[in-house]
Amino acid sequence: MPHEGKQTRTTSMMIVIGSGGHTKEMLSLISFLGSQYTPRYYIMANTDQMSRDKVKEFESLKENKENNQQHKIYRIPRSREVKQSWFTTIWTTIVAIIYAFPLVFYINPKIILCNGPGTCIPLCFAGLLLKIFTFGKTQMIYVESICRVETLSLSAKLLYYIVDHMFVQWPSLQQQYPRTKYIGRIV
Amino acid sequence: MSKTVFVTVGTTEFDSLIQSITQDSIYKILKSKGYNKLLIQIGRCAFDPSTECSLRGFTIEYYRYKPSIADDIANASLVVSHAGAGSCLESLTANKPLLVVVNNELMDNHQLELARQLKKDGNIEYCDCSSLEETLKTCDFSRLKPYTPGKPQLFADFLDNLIGYTKQS
Repeated sequence: MPHEGKQTRTTSMMIVIGSGGHTKEMLSLISFLGSQYTPRYYIMANTDQMSRDKVKEFESLKENKENNQQHKIYRIPRSREVKQSWFTTIWTTIVAIIYAFPLVFYINPKIILCNGPGTCIPLCFAGLLLKIFTFGKTQMIYVESICRVETLSLSAKLLYYIVDHMFVQWPSLQQQYPRTKYIGRIV
Repeated sequence: MSKTVFVTVGTTEFDSLIQSITQDSIYKILKSKGYNKLLIQIGRCAFDPSTECSLRGFTIEYYRYKPSIADDIANASLVVSHAGAGSCLESLTANKPLLVVVNNELMDNHQLELARQLKKDGNIEYCDCSSLEETLKTCDFSRLKPYTPGKPQLFADFLDNLIGYTKQS
């Protein structure tokens, strides 16, 4: 383990789980993080049973390897289901926001990590408020999907000026959006 | 030894691919290239494809869905896939030659971005249903470049730096 002795300081993380391919990319992204990133708070849509199972499986494998690991799963209403009409989306988004703000302030994570889609938007706006109240101690990180080669996703566009670090997977995309970072393909 | 071409359409409805690939002319090409089996995951296909084949020593099988297609990818010598990112990346990380067939009937398809890029980088071959036969005939799939998987370690390093954890060697 790289961090022993004096380095016992831990970093709490809020990990926003998307769905399907997003979940897969997120779990692969965090698979190399050290044991100092604890506790890990996973936030996901309450309709997404498959992601919950995947996170449980991921954490059980991690816990076998490392002791003193903590994680917790929170499930919030999804702001928009696929094919949901834009009118009802307004209402469900309000509900999602009502859930997101107290959760973000209660958890008060050092890092908010997300990779889209919808669920992360209200959480990141809450994160921005938290950041203002904590004088910038919360770092928000958005990691764009490997599928995005030519344009940013809608979630990424909405969060472009909100997050502290936005990673993309292709250099050509980075060139179009100067605020993004490319450090090699990370998912 | 079995040399299989595995075709997958995921959860999409891609009847034109199933239609175009279950043709005697295709079987002949595949057999001439040393393949002896065609396995098709047909997904939401509206019909059940014919598995009849006049060629000796060439078999056709299909199924609709399986919980995981990982085994079928692993056992295949060539994967023919729709442009879905999940299927593409699964085949590439399994180090299989991959032919992506684009569904022209889908208008708004941002998944194509990834297929186009992978083609540009020489990791996959890419065609649509109308050029499928020609592509299978002329393409040398052994010349595709291996795909390098992403490196999440780079992200872990970035985060360690950001938070101020220092590496001890």
